[in-house]
Amino acid sequence: MTLKDIVLRNIRRRKAKAGFVLAGLLIAVSTAVALLGLIEAMNRDIQQKLEEYGANILILPRTENLSLTYGGLSLGGVSFEMQEISQADLVRVKAIKNAANVAAMGPTVLGAVEVKERKVLLAGVDFQATEILKPWWKIGGTVPSDFGVLLGSEAASILALQTGDYLKVNGSKLQVAGILAPTGSQDDQLVFARLDTAQSLLHKEGRVSMVEVAALCNACPIEEMVRQISGALPDTKVMAIQQVVQTRMETLDYFRKFSYGVTAVLVLVGSLVVLVTMMGSVRERTSEIGIFRAIGFRRSHVIRIVLLEAGIISAMAGILGYLVGFGSTKLALPFFAGSTGTGVIFDPALAAGAFAAAVIMGLASSVYPALLAARIDPTDALRAL
Amino acid sequence: MTYIQVENLIKQYGTGDAAVMAVGGMSFRIQMGEFVAVMGESGSGKSTLLSMMGALNTPTSGQYSVDGLEVYQLGQDKRADFRREFLGFVFQSFHLVPYLTILENVMLPLVTVKTNGRTKRSMAEEALSRVGLDGKAHRLPSQVSGGEQERVAIARAIVNEPPILLADEPSGNLDTKTSREVMDLLRSLNEEGMTIVMVTHSPECAGYARRLLRISDGLLVEDIPINGSARNLEC
Repeated sequence: MTLKDIVLRNIRRRKAKAGFVLAGLLIAVSTAVALLGLIEAMNRDIQQKLEEYGANILILPRTENLSLTYGGLSLGGVSFEMQEISQADLVRVKAIKNAANVAAMGPTVLGAVEVKERKVLLAGVDFQATEILKPWWKIGGTVPSDFGVLLGSEAASILALQTGDYLKVNGSKLQVAGILAPTGSQDDQLVFARLDTAQSLLHKEGRVSMVEVAALCNACPIEEMVRQISGALPDTKVMAIQQVVQTRMETLDYFRKFSYGVTAVLVLVGSLVVLVTMMGSVRERTSEIGIFRAIGFRRSHVIRIVLLEAGIISAMAGILGYLVGFGSTKLALPFFAGSTGTGVIFDPALAAGAFAAAVIMGLASSVYPALLAARIDPTDALRAL
Repeated sequence: MTYIQVENLIKQYGTGDAAVMAVGGMSFRIQMGEFVAVMGESGSGKSTLLSMMGALNTPTSGQYSVDGLEVYQLGQDKRADFRREFLGFVFQSFHLVPYLTILENVMLPLVTVKTNGRTKRSMAEEALSRVGLDGKAHRLPSQVSGGEQERVAIARAIVNEPPILLADEPSGNLDTKTSREVMDLLRSLNEEGMTIVMVTHSPECAGYARRLLRISDGLLVEDIPINGSARNLEC
């Protein structure tokens, strides 16, 4: 027979009271877990979408000219013909503070060439980086080797070329290694070759026309990455794209702040429920506490009984609260993020946090009732019977 | 040899015009192994006196010592320890914890004692055996009779073998036959050396004691020895 046995027997006897405390804490904990879990899952969802989206930063040569192209219509004044970026300078991007967040960097050299008596734009790219930068590309055929090219769907159609055909570019004979499925972008009109091949054909060795960067920086704003790259390459113009995803991230941030507010209110309400219920429980047990004190229990023993009871119920609320919250996140995620609940994963930190928060909340709210119980005058308590 | 010493003990409730003098300056001494009955009409202060002797109710003034220990000079925790080590309580309303079994109720005073569970259990079983309840250890208090509940209360009071037993109307809620059994039990405990102070309003029950303290209006008005031969009296 120990203090713990007394507590467990009492919990079993006063199931309704214990259930009320449990429910108060469980609602607070599970809602907090669901909201925080939802935010985390939505964050992951956005990060995944960022990866699918491909490049989100563009590095262009600094120019004083304004672009004369809009919506695919070119009215001349193509600025990349005038200035290029030194390929050797690009290593500096790997030294920026958030270099670890750069998933891929695709230098591209552009130049006009003549194929079958037609002017075509030749793009030299790093096909390995392109896999990350343009994950939506579907190649019919293979990735080109040193003397191969990849044709955009429209370019292949206009030039009447098929996989395996040969074409001459600036005197060099190249084979069509593959044809790109229609992308709905300007890529459909281009002829792609390996970067070094294109540089050689265009006589632009060591120079690139632009660089596409896929930066996956969930914790830092994209502007920060842009600022760091601009600092590393001062003679270039660095631009962030993907405003839509960025806006969604900002919305998520507002939702996160709102969730913290809701969680704080729930914690307060849960704590009040525990406080009121535990005070009621102590009042109901006045005579019992009087008996304990009369037979030699110290005040600290009475405090321990009340806190142990609160601790056991809170621990149960912490575990159940996390499980209920986790399940709620799974159910709610498709509604909030438009994706399935598979994005919800077990988060040990959140689970430990939920457990600790429930126990701390339960104990903190029970300190006053415990002190009240310890101050009960045994004579009054026994006389009340 | 004086074991319990009560010296000019006063207990006053309230102040000014609303002041009530529950115990108005009482002095007496009790030897080790005595069986003392405290009698008086309702409101005479006998229960207040018992609660002060039980270290539960701080007197307004006066001194109370047990075995040379000034009880009200002790702090709250030490006073709780004193209650556990020196005193056993038997209340009129039994005051058992309803959700604990009879065995667990008896083990309650041992909860805060640093002894292993097996020893505590065997001490509780022995106490139950002494009051003749060894077959009902696992029942709840509500599953036994009033007389048996009183025996459980006595077993709980003696489980840690305290030198003093304080009993407040121990037969107040019992029928004649059960009262006699309980009084016989108290007398046998006294014969084994336990000092007993029993508050009662019944002269027949007081007849089991060897000394009578009669109080009225918070004052000790009579302190006389009695022969304690009321073995077959109904109380």
